[in-house]
Formats: sequence, C-alpha cells, structure tokens
Amino acid sequence: MNRARVPYRLRIETRADNPGWMGIVSSVLGVVLALVVGAFLLRAAGAQDAIATYREIFKEGFGTFADWRAGVAALLSGGDCPKGLLCFGPLSDTLVKASPILLTGLACILAFRMKLWNIGADGQMFLGAWAATAVAVFILPKTTDRWVMLAAMAGAGLLAGMAYGAIPGFLKARLNINEIITTLMLNYVGYKWVEFFIVVGPWSIGDFESTGRFPKAATWPRLTEFADRFPALSGLTAHPGILLGIAAAIVLAWVLYRSRWGYEIRVIGDNPKAARYAGISLQRNILLVMMFSGALAGLAGMNEVAALRELNGRFSRGFGFTGVIVAWLARLNPLAAILVSFLFGGLLVGTKMIMPQGIASMLQGVILFVVVGTELLFRYRIRVEKVGPRRVAAAEGSHDE
Amino acid sequence: MSDSPNAIEMHGIVKRFPGVLANDRVDFVCRAGEVHALLGENGAGKSTLMNVLAGMYRPDVGEILVGGQRVSFKSPQDAIAHGIGMVHQHFMLVPPHSVAENVVLGLDRPRFLLNLREVEERVAALGEQYGLNVNPRAKIWQLSVGEQQRVEILKMLFRGARVLIMDEPTSVLAPQEVGSLFGTLREMTGRGHTIIFISHKLDEVVAIADRVTVLRRGRVTAAAVPSKEVTKASLARLMVGREVLFQVEKKPSHPGEVVLETQALCALSDRGLPALRDVSVRVRSGEILGLAGVAGNGQRELAAVLTGLHPSTSGSIRFSGAPLGRQTRWLDIGQRLAHIPEDRASVGSMPGLSVADNLILRSFKRPPIGVGWAINRTAVRQYAERLVTEYQISTPTIETPVRMLSGGNLQKVILARETSGHPELMIAVHPTRGLDVGATEAVHKLLIGQRDAGVAILLISEDLDELLSLSDRLAVMYEGRIVGEMPTEGANINTIGLMMAGTKVEG
Repeated sequence: MNRARVPYRLRIETRADNPGWMGIVSSVLGVVLALVVGAFLLRAAGAQDAIATYREIFKEGFGTFADWRAGVAALLSGGDCPKGLLCFGPLSDTLVKASPILLTGLACILAFRMKLWNIGADGQMFLGAWAATAVAVFILPKTTDRWVMLAAMAGAGLLAGMAYGAIPGFLKARLNINEIITTLMLNYVGYKWVEFFIVVGPWSIGDFESTGRFPKAATWPRLTEFADRFPALSGLTAHPGILLGIAAAIVLAWVLYRSRWGYEIRVIGDNPKAARYAGISLQRNILLVMMFSGALAGLAGMNEVAALRELNGRFSRGFGFTGVIVAWLARLNPLAAILVSFLFGGLLVGTKMIMPQGIASMLQGVILFVVVGTELLFRYRIRVEKVGPRRVAAAEGSHDE
Repeated sequence: MSDSPNAIEMHGIVKRFPGVLANDRVDFVCRAGEVHALLGENGAGKSTLMNVLAGMYRPDVGEILVGGQRVSFKSPQDAIAHGIGMVHQHFMLVPPHSVAENVVLGLDRPRFLLNLREVEERVAALGEQYGLNVNPRAKIWQLSVGEQQRVEILKMLFRGARVLIMDEPTSVLAPQEVGSLFGTLREMTGRGHTIIFISHKLDEVVAIADRVTVLRRGRVTAAAVPSKEVTKASLARLMVGREVLFQVEKKPSHPGEVVLETQALCALSDRGLPALRDVSVRVRSGEILGLAGVAGNGQRELAAVLTGLHPSTSGSIRFSGAPLGRQTRWLDIGQRLAHIPEDRASVGSMPGLSVADNLILRSFKRPPIGVGWAINRTAVRQYAERLVTEYQISTPTIETPVRMLSGGNLQKVILARETSGHPELMIAVHPTRGLDVGATEAVHKLLIGQRDAGVAILLISEDLDELLSLSDRLAVMYEGRIVGEMPTEGANINTIGLMMAGTKVEG
C-alpha cells in the first residue's frame, strides 16, 4: 500500500453531550456561512460587490440606522416630522411578509416534531387562501362587520387547511403511505385547484385572473388606514396578521411543552416504539398532527390573502417551502421561529428590487443546505488527529505463515 | 517469524472516547495456545481493548505486538491478515445466505468467479477438524443460535485466524451448548490456536481459562493470573473492587391471590410462525415466577402478548380474575401492570427526552401530572425529583436527556417509572442484561422489594443464576411451550439445562 500519507486525518465522533448553545451557534453559523457562499453566487450572477448587495438587501428589508434614529425621534416628538414613521417602512413591509412565513414555519414545526415530514404546507396554504376568499367574496355580505368577517375567513382558512392536511394524514395513519410524497404532490393539486377558480373557472373577473378587490371588511386593517387620525402612520403597511402569527407561536409552544398532547407528540417524535409501549396511539396522532399542521398553513393562506386584498393568479408559491427552512433554522422551537421568519421576511422584501429575481430563493436554499450541514457540528465532533510516524513504519508487519 | 512465546502483546494501550477513558495504559499479554480470559464488568473496557486488537479501533497511545512483531491495524482486514479474528457478541451474518456464502463474504479472493463447491468442501473439512458441525449449504436463518456461532468461528478459521477473540460467547447459549463450545475451544488450543475469551461470568472463566486478566474501569487489576490460583470470590473482588454478594438476600415468599393466569395461550411470531403453544402460567401476588429458556423460544412473544403489544391467536388471560380478551385495551389496566421491556433504549425510553419526561410516561394522563389538557410542570418536577432520590438515579439534573445516562441509571429510570404506580403485576424481561454488578445488585433488590410488597412478578431472563437466586418458582420454556415448572428451592441446574435444550425430563 503506497498511498500518499497526510500526517493528519479528520475523525468524526458522536458528541456525548449537546450543550443548548450549540443549536443557536449552529443556526447563526449557518446563516453566516450561507451569506459567504451566497456572495460567490451573487458574484457569478453578475454582482460587482457582494457586500454592497447585502447592504442593499438589508436596507430594503430592514431600513438603515439613520432611518431608525429618525423614526425614533419622530415617535418621541409625537409624530411631528417630515417623513413621519415611514422611516420604519421597510420594517413594516417585512412584518407583512413575515406573518405567512411564520405560520407555515409553525405548521412545519408541529409536524416535524413528530418526525412527520409535511412538505405540503404550500398546498394547504393555497386551500386556506381559497376558502378565506370564498367566505369573503361569495358567502358573507360586503357589509359584514370587519372583525366578524376576518374571524370567519380565518376559520374557513383553518378548516380548509385542516381538511387538506387530513388527506395525507389519513393515508399515512391508515395505509402507511409516505407523507413526503403525498404532501408534495398535493401541493400541485392545491395550485391547480386555485388556478381553476381564478383562471378558467367561476371566480375570475373578465380576463384578469383575479377575484377582484375584496370588500374592505375582508382585508387586514393596515396602519396607514389610521393616517387621518395619526398622520405619522401614513404609508405603513403593517397589519395585525403578524400578531396572529405570534399568538399561534405562543400557543404552539404551550402545546408542545405544557400539554398532554404535546408530550405525546414529543414522545412519538423521539421514539415511536416507546410511545406504542406506553399506549399512545400513533395513528390518531399522525392524523391529528397532519390536520393541525395543515390548519396552521391554511391560516397562513388566509393571512396572506387578507393582506393582498384579492386572490389572483400571482398568489405566491413557495411560502410553504420557506416554512421548512424556518422550522429547521429555528431548531423546531416555535418561539425562535418568530425571529427567524422576521429575518426571512426581510430577505424577501430586501431582494424584491434585485435582479435576477431568484436571489431570495437562492439564499434561502443555501441557508437550508448550510444549516443542515452544520447539524453535523451539532451532533458530532470533528477532531483532527495526528497520525504518528510509528504507525507508518509498523504497517509493514509480518504475515503469519 | 519470531520465536516469542507470546502470541499477543499489548503495551500501554490508551483509548479515549468523548468523556470516557475506556482503556488507561492497559498491558495485555497472551501466550500462544492458551485460553486467556478477559474478565471485567460492563464498561470496564474489555470490549474496547479487544476491538483495538481486532482492528476496529485505533489506540490513542500504545503498541501492539503480534508474534513479537510490532503491528498497526487500520481495519479488521489488517488484523485478520495478521491472524487475529473476533467473534462478536452480535453475529455478523446474512440470514438469507448459506453458511459457505457467509464464510467467503468480504474476502478479497476469489476476485470474480466464486467456486462455492470448493468453499463448501473446505468449510466442511474445517468443521470436521474442530468439531464445528454445520451444513455448509444451510441458510443462516435455518440455524440455531449455537450453530450460527459456529459459523462465525468457521469464518475466522477460514480466514486463517490463529488468535480468536470471543466476545461473551456463552451469553446466547444453553448450558449443553456451552459444553460443546468449550470442547471446540480446547480442540483449537490443542492445534496451536490462541483464544481470548471475554466474559463477566466467573464460573465459565474458572472452568475454561488457563490464565485470566481482569479489568476494572479501564485499568488492569490482575494481569495474566493462572486460573488455578484464583477463586470465584477473589476474581469478583478484583472485578468489582469489593466483596460481592452472590446470593440475593430474600425472605421466604408469601404468595397470595393469583394475579395473572393464562390458559392455553397461543400466538404467532412476527414472521407468522407459531411462537406460543398452549402456554398456561399462574403468577400469585408476592411471588416471582422465573421463566427460563434459550433466547428465541417464545419468551419475547409471551411478554409482548401479556403486555398487550402483540395479539394472541387463542387462549385466555386473566388479570386479577378479570378476563382480558384479544380486544382488551391494556391502557385500561394502566399502572396496575408494570413492564420492564427487553430493550431499554429502543423500547423502554425516549433517549432524546429528559429524565423527567421519561419518568412521567405512565402517569402523564392522570392527576396530579395531567390536569385537563395540560401537564402540570410543578407536579412533574416534584414527582421526578422524588423518584430520582428514592431510586437513587444518578443524573446531573432531571432535565438531562436520558441518552446521557449509563445503562444502570436508565434501567433505574424505567424501574422507577414502572413501579412507582404500585402495580399488581410486573413483567420484567432481562432486567439486568448489560448492567454491571453494582447496578445488577440494585435492580435485584428492587425486584425483591416489589415482591415483598405483594407484586406478582414474571421474570424472564437468560441468566440462570439470576433466575435461581431471584425466583420463587421456575418455569422452563422450549419452542413456545412450558416444558417444566418447579419450585426454585432444590431445583437441579442440570435438569433445567436439559429442559432448556428440549430434552424431556420426568419429575
């Protein structure tokens, strides 16, 4: 054996202990590494200066320090400033995008906690948006009280997502059909379902591939609507959808860590055999978890459609997949998902003006790759070992006989 | 070739795993042609040391000499090239393939064309030579555990192993099979082979070994002592570092009502073959019924049927007088039935969840822990802390994931969980398998304590010593049937051994 010998070699060992901070370090490291890798890709896509591009994305997504300072000053002086609170404009847009991301992220967290790989949050979200639209435009009268209307839409979105999640849930629980395949395929069914109604079907107005503008009662009240009373709010797009997401995150955290059902989910996720041994029903929980995961995604659909104020052919695909990334980056912690979805909302808003358009998805993809990669650091320890010269010499040991 | 009398010399072996110093400057010298026992508790570093010798691990520090020549193994292939082969505790065989195919598996030669006929002849010849009779054309799945072990040995001999490391070879065998294995080992040493025999069973070591090396916590406490100069008691002291009680102290039992009664219970195995045939057992409160048998004779299925994890096909089970049908929900029995499962890591616990979460697995649905939909974290903490103290579970905190606990402590977590609800019946399957002497003693005391508190215990174990010292009555299982039942007092170990091997014994 005359292979070239390097005096060092890498060794991967299982970590005996996982300190809690490793998860955070690994997530942060994942994002940083993704930005580094992304810089090369940006370069390849034609960006002269990747750092400048990132700075631009940050500015578009979150604003600048100067803006924030001006905004805080405006707040302190009672809104009496030329630009008003529009200094917080980017943050406000980011909150708008963060809400559906947060909700799909929570949908994934719930399912992933039980090692159910629901990657159909996108389709469930479409169904939720569709049901909310049905309620807003075709069922309830235009004059319905705004909060009653929004609550009814939320309920419809929730139920539609739940019903849509129940399909793969039932198939998995009863027939043990792989949920990755079914949820993935049902995404496309969901897209086509909505497409049928607004492109070829009964809901489109003329050739516009749209339901037309919702009645005002069926849209989230944006801050800018209160501009006549508080002029400083003029132009701000933020709406209570993000509060819905945060509330859902808190409820999910309570469910996972403080409820009997959450305990069952964590037991099954960690060891299904132990769950069976303890008399916890796998089938029932598979169905329930898929249903509630779908419900959260359906709520995301309602949230988004109430913010867009119409359901049209450009209703965005991909929030469900972003949810997968958010779930991993948040290490399946619902409260951490709030922060992560805010960052991803910023990424979406910040890259809106950047060509080519795929930059946001590309960065998201790279982040997922790197986060899954740093998972290795989380679970294993990589050690560099020195290979002593003694071993080399000893390799010529004798053969018996 | 060197004319050194030592087949193997290992000097100053250090092997570190994260958080554990498995071997701490271990010296090990083994003469050619001897049976050398390597004795120690679980976790003493025996297997690590032998895995180093067999090329599975590399030592951090230290040198290995084979036949006086210094060697360095990068893989088990290297080790076997130097004539060192290991028979692992868990066999590494491919069940659907034949004996001969398994023997040549992984060999460099033949490179392309496989002359199976020739291999079969050579395997048969080797078998004849060493008293390892196996049909080379039989498929592995058709063979008994003892025969599979012979295949493993043949595999090593076929590869030209001169030094054979056997990792706890008797743990899967019936007493009679142990005898034939020992015969084979003698045959091999007679032909100049060297056997390293890893064990923690003192009787066997005294019976078969020429010399003994004892390890404790990664260090050598006795190096190559001739086995004639030692006694079981002195070996045990070297192994554990203190005097060990071989007999579990227990008062005579006072059996009460019949708690568990099965009548003509039948069940199929996972493969659809009959696993239980007309099993009728009775366990009374306050007694331990020991169930002896070689692995794979239906004990596992019996435990699974009794705990509701596996369906029976016919027969009846009565629990405290009430019949349990095939449809009965075992959940309704709840904590009245305690189950110590065979596999504590993959069935009995959730490795990634905390000690507290593992402790509440049986009680999370009822107050004070489960309140409505919620789990009362304060009650959980109090409950977990109480059990950790009561059962002397050594864990940094109750929030530590149980995968970080030792086997003994994990078993204590399971025992604490299962017994704290005051069960009426306990099904304990191999409760001390893989535990060291100290932890075994603690588990034994706990079982006796439960018995004295009036629990009916069905104890399934492969360790006859354990069964004999704990049980009040013994039942022997063979091929899915109860082939004999007797009070433990005065039971004849030879009779039991014969029953376990399927021989009809009268009386």
